[in-house]
Amino acid sequence: MGNVSRFDWRMPLKVGLLGGLIAMLIALVGMVEASQVRPVITSLLSLGQTLLLLVFVFTAATAARRSVGHEGSVGLLGVINAGLAGLVTSAVLVGLVLVGGLINLRAVLIRASPELYDLLTLGLGRGRGSLALLALGVLLGVIVGVVYLLPARPRRAVTVGAGLVPVVAILWSALFAGRGLSLLTAAIIFVAAAGLSYLWSLLQARVGDKDRPLSLAGQRAMQWGRWAVLGAIVVLFPLLGKFPSEVLDNVGLYVLMGLGLNIVVGFAGLLDLGYVAFFALGAYTMGILTSPEIGWLGPRLTFWEALPFAVLMATLWGVILGIPVLGMRGDYLAIVTLGFGEIIRLVVLSDWLKPYIGGSNGITRIPKPVLGPISLATPQTLYYLLLAGCLLAGFIAIRLKDSRLGRAWMAMREDEDVAQAMGIDLVKTKLLAFASGAAFSGLSGAIFASKLTSVYPHSFHVLVSINALCVIIVGGMGSIPGVIAGAFALVGLPELLREFAEYRLWVYGAALVMMMLRRPEGLMPEARRRLELRETETGSST
Amino acid sequence: MLQSLTRRVTGTTAVMWLIGSAILLLVVWGSMRTITGAVELHRLGDLQRTLTTNLIDGIAQGSVYALIALGYTLVYGILRMINFAHSEVFMSGPFIGYYVATALHGSGFLNRQPFVSLGIVMLVAMATSVTVAVLLERIAYRPLRRAPRLVPLITAIGASFFLQYTFLGLFGSGIKGYPEIERLKGRWTIPGTEIGILRTQLVVIIAAVVMLIGLYLFVQRTKIGKAMQAVSEDKDTAALMGIDVDRIIVITFVVGGALAGAAGVLYALLFRQVKFDMGFIPGIKAFTAAVLGGIGNVVGAMLGGLFLGIAESLFPNLVLDGLGIPAPYQLKDALAFILLVFILIFRPTGILGERLAAKKA
Repeated sequence: MGNVSRFDWRMPLKVGLLGGLIAMLIALVGMVEASQVRPVITSLLSLGQTLLLLVFVFTAATAARRSVGHEGSVGLLGVINAGLAGLVTSAVLVGLVLVGGLINLRAVLIRASPELYDLLTLGLGRGRGSLALLALGVLLGVIVGVVYLLPARPRRAVTVGAGLVPVVAILWSALFAGRGLSLLTAAIIFVAAAGLSYLWSLLQARVGDKDRPLSLAGQRAMQWGRWAVLGAIVVLFPLLGKFPSEVLDNVGLYVLMGLGLNIVVGFAGLLDLGYVAFFALGAYTMGILTSPEIGWLGPRLTFWEALPFAVLMATLWGVILGIPVLGMRGDYLAIVTLGFGEIIRLVVLSDWLKPYIGGSNGITRIPKPVLGPISLATPQTLYYLLLAGCLLAGFIAIRLKDSRLGRAWMAMREDEDVAQAMGIDLVKTKLLAFASGAAFSGLSGAIFASKLTSVYPHSFHVLVSINALCVIIVGGMGSIPGVIAGAFALVGLPELLREFAEYRLWVYGAALVMMMLRRPEGLMPEARRRLELRETETGSST
Repeated sequence: MLQSLTRRVTGTTAVMWLIGSAILLLVVWGSMRTITGAVELHRLGDLQRTLTTNLIDGIAQGSVYALIALGYTLVYGILRMINFAHSEVFMSGPFIGYYVATALHGSGFLNRQPFVSLGIVMLVAMATSVTVAVLLERIAYRPLRRAPRLVPLITAIGASFFLQYTFLGLFGSGIKGYPEIERLKGRWTIPGTEIGILRTQLVVIIAAVVMLIGLYLFVQRTKIGKAMQAVSEDKDTAALMGIDVDRIIVITFVVGGALAGAAGVLYALLFRQVKFDMGFIPGIKAFTAAVLGGIGNVVGAMLGGLFLGIAESLFPNLVLDGLGIPAPYQLKDALAFILLVFILIFRPTGILGERLAAKKA
């Protein structure tokens, strides 16, 4: 047996310990308990338990993957290692339960409540529950290990099936009355997803056959078909109802902002942390020009009349704030732009400008946009406005990307000195990046103001910049589909899962770090950047 | 001659200088107005007293900034990256220290032995901050040492938020009030003058000065300090000279973390409260201080911290009041940022720094 590698007990111990610590952290920050209310599979599995389950699965999978033998197969050793890792992970949690029974952790760690212990011990009491938890850990580990015994194709099918069940369940419960799936439905989804995935991979293997490529017309038809389906889904989204449309509106705002920030950070490589400033400028311009509360500035405009001013204002300030930072790079730029964002917020918040822009009371009574006879007051109708905005912005971004300007941005991102030597006017190129980024953000802000019919300084916290940054980084810097995917994942999902609101930034922070460590090019990377990042990784020096 | 001048002064530099001179003019004009206004109303004495109090507040505050700024400067000097999560290293120390302080307060030890307990709290806080800083380096920064520049910076931002919200999740979102120490209540008057200093401020200033001197000696005189300088100068050459670069980097994080933890306790002495997001603003300001002094420069960070502390507590009453801005203290934080922007435009090297901004790491 050539493929039996030596059993090393330290690896599963280490992996299991790490998994256990992560599970403990998730439990102690209160995420498990908070998401306990949302069922994934009715009366069997809550979202909180699913989270812990996922940690177990990942831990065991890591242990299994690391015990690959000499000939690339995992073998029985993988099952043992995965089981051990599962055991260690649950042992850490049992340790937490036992310590919590001895001393009152709650005086310091506010989430270490009896409910949490109950949940961890599966409601069986401390003694029996701890044993059950240990057994469950081993069982989960062994199951994952066994899955790793399967050949690649069915293994992927099982993974897809198992992964899809919680996703469907979460969407289902978030959109429809908070009910989970029944066990039967979950099983059907699992079987269907796994089966489809298996068939699909078989089909892929056949299509990928280089000897018989699809005809050109066939390819084109497939492409059109894909676009048509996508278009229909996008247009019909508001039919889901008021709440999902509301969520989609917020996603749309971030798509707009993300597309703009993507120009600045993704294309031009200028890390701007004060991006919220332009969002605020757009929103405040809209408020000042349209709200009847503001008396010092001429006649009241409608949404459509004020919109160009809002965008222009943001663009103008994009240039003004861009000038002082022209000579800066990287870290310095990040901090200074962060400073700009804060300066604008603090100035808006102060009593100094209160007579003009409302100070901490903000501006209210901003009219909703009206299009001919239709008032775009409901989230559903507003969705179409945002959709139009996003399509426009997306179109501009795509066109800009491959234009002369876009290529100049990317050249600048790679190396400013070389770009300048190649005849790129750095001043103009940088300012154009700031200006176009600011314009998108201003548009987003203007729509935001009329969506809420009010603007308050506290809506423009630096966290908005960070959110937008997360959206483009998780999606993939420089990639336009990535921005959209990122906005759905990072804005849409947390909005659907209200109980996570408190943990949103916690997850964002972790996601940023994980992304940078494991997949710096993002979920849907831009082709060129992926190459670059991979290249530097293997390259000998930076 | 004229040709070379026109070549150097481009449109953008001209605009920048214009903005800069305008701001400078406003500052001078504002202070003049304040002073002449006070003279006209025969209230120069009042103004003097207010400003003296502001000055002392500023020194106390500034010495805390200086301690935090050192963490930024040390790490920047060696890794050429802004440790964005340093503000959370700063926050974590006093946060855990709070639990020790309340426990000591509960047992009455805090008021019986105020300085011993303060020392204990400080040690706990420093240990916590050091742990956070070292973990940060190990998990988030070390694997990325050769990655493109933007990557570690984004990681640092992510780590900063992760840490902030971990503390929020673990310990709750409320403001936690530090217990008051009986011995440190009230003022201490400088003999022979009318100037009074809050006793806590005095403790803070003395403690900070002791630590700053200690750090200076550590960096300048000890072998490890010299190794740190060598690594900051040139990593590869330092490694060739037999310096364990990884170890020095860890030590840098340890030193920066310890100073941040101590600064956190001093900050808690001044403001007597901790909160999960308390690190953000002092963090940015300390960074400003580090840039002000010339990032990478230890003495510069100390001076920058003091200068920033004094400037931001003097400015509202001295300058903004004269400009007729109502409730000027609200703009205190904005001033620090304006100052930062100002320095980066006109003297990106800071007061004592070499030109690092243009250097490509």
